Amino acid sequence: MSENKAVAATEEVILKVEGLKKDFGDKHVLNGIDITVNRGDIICVIGPSGSGKSTFLRCLNCMEDPTAGHIMFDGEDLADMSVDINLHRQNMGMVFQHFNLFNNKTVIQNIMLAPVHTGKKAFRRLREKSGYSSVAEIKEKAQKEAMALLKRIGLEDKADVYPSTLSGGQKQRVAIVRALAMKPKVILFDEPTSALDPEMVGEVLDLMRDVAAEGMTMIIVTHEMGFAREVANRVLFIDEGVILESAAPAEFFGNPKHPRLKDFLSKVL
Amino acid sequence: MGDFSQKWARFLKYFIEYEGYKRVQTGLKNTLIIAVLGLLFGILIGTLIAAVRVMPKYKRLPRILNGFCSFYVGFFRGTPMVVQLLLFYYVLLPILGIKVSSVQVSVLVFSLNSGAYISEMMRAGIQSVDPGQMEAGRAVGLSFSATMMMIVIPQAIKNILPTLGNEFIALIKETSVVSFVGASDLYVAFNYIGSNSYEFMVPYIVMALIYIVLVVIITILIKLMEHYFAKSDRRK
Ligand SMILES: Nc1ncnc2c1ncn2[C@@H]1O[C@H](COP(=O)(O)OP(=O)(O)OP(=O)(O)O)[C@@H](O)[C@H]1O
Ligand SMILES: [Mg+2]
Repeated sequence: MSENKAVAATEEVILKVEGLKKDFGDKHVLNGIDITVNRGDIICVIGPSGSGKSTFLRCLNCMEDPTAGHIMFDGEDLADMSVDINLHRQNMGMVFQHFNLFNNKTVIQNIMLAPVHTGKKAFRRLREKSGYSSVAEIKEKAQKEAMALLKRIGLEDKADVYPSTLSGGQKQRVAIVRALAMKPKVILFDEPTSALDPEMVGEVLDLMRDVAAEGMTMIIVTHEMGFAREVANRVLFIDEGVILESAAPAEFFGNPKHPRLKDFLSKVL
Repeated sequence: MGDFSQKWARFLKYFIEYEGYKRVQTGLKNTLIIAVLGLLFGILIGTLIAAVRVMPKYKRLPRILNGFCSFYVGFFRGTPMVVQLLLFYYVLLPILGIKVSSVQVSVLVFSLNSGAYISEMMRAGIQSVDPGQMEAGRAVGLSFSATMMMIVIPQAIKNILPTLGNEFIALIKETSVVSFVGASDLYVAFNYIGSNSYEFMVPYIVMALIYIVLVVIITILIKLMEHYFAKSDRRK
């Protein structure tokens, strides 16, 4: 069971969160979160509804600005409002519960959009030093890579359709490869399967397993306990904005310590 | 009825023989220039204002811009077009020492006016786009403005296309006030034919018909565009 798990987990720290707090008005949602993520880590986050799991994830790439604390990533503190957050987000993919594919773009355009846009920006600034010799080359390369990604998920025949014609499972798989297209260092997943019909959950989890096996660092908020147990090398339990337990899955599910985690697991398992 | 055919003959004489059609041509051209440019610049201005209005407001600059936009929209929605035309042509531009033709002033005022109205439509349009679209754009590292331009605004425009069509139709019809600053539009042309031939019935009927034809053509164009945009809807 553990042979394909955390194969690539290393000691190289990729993300370090210290004392992360988030208030919405006078509501304290995150109350001091500390966590260190190594390259190749697959971290699953579970917890009751409203405990702050989404808020935690959204603070990591500053979709919500943290109220206090530090998020060290690529040698910079993302909680510092003066960093170029757009640059860092290119290295930190995000997959949403409701897919959020761009409705006005075809499937392949969805995947190519950000690589082409950021590639063009780099080219305009650095010219030849960006590694490209022309704008056309940027597009060509992005298109090739997007096509390869679509092939990987078996959707190359859907390249030119609009997202509204896809099934939920197909949409989410496209959303995942859209994140992969940026070659991020980490991908954040917020309940990637909870908006899916049950028969489509499997195909999305399969793809995530696949991505994990390649050594991608992933932080996954999920209710799929089986998946967490099988794929994660660490599981976190968040309640009322703090991490109450953090352990390897065998320990986490086999021998939970915190009474609230025991209570939670007894309800969901 | 014999009376009418006499009037019709008289109209045709002034229209063709005395070259009234040339004035109508100029009038039609001006009407279209003012309405089309007014719409295009209006969309540009309206989109910019709408983008400012939906920007996150915790920084100082967006707040200042927002205040300015509120004032602008309030002024242009709160006064009649004629008043705006007169103010610009006889007060503001002379004070600034800017000399422009009456058609140019009309284009300017129509752009600013429709910009104010379109900004409100566009704001509603932007708000009708799922916030997840903006989030997804930001999450892949696109800036607020890049996401707005490439993702949100195209969807917003699609959503408000019918209202934009109505705005265009309203602009076409409202061009009939530009004669207040001496621009020759359709009304001026037919009025000229009428007062020269001492016969207003036919000229005004023809004028009305031309307006109706314009509006029908625009309505068809909008339908075609909606159809084109609908391709990204759930249909293959
Ligand atoms: N933008 C916001 N403004 C105000 N309150 C918010 C906002 N976003 C989240 N909250 C509140 O913060 C708390 C935590 O929300 P969050 O979405 O992080 O929970 P969650 O653990 O992801 O729950 P779920 O399992 O239902 O997705 C909730 O009480 C929620 O109402
Ligand atoms: Mg959530």
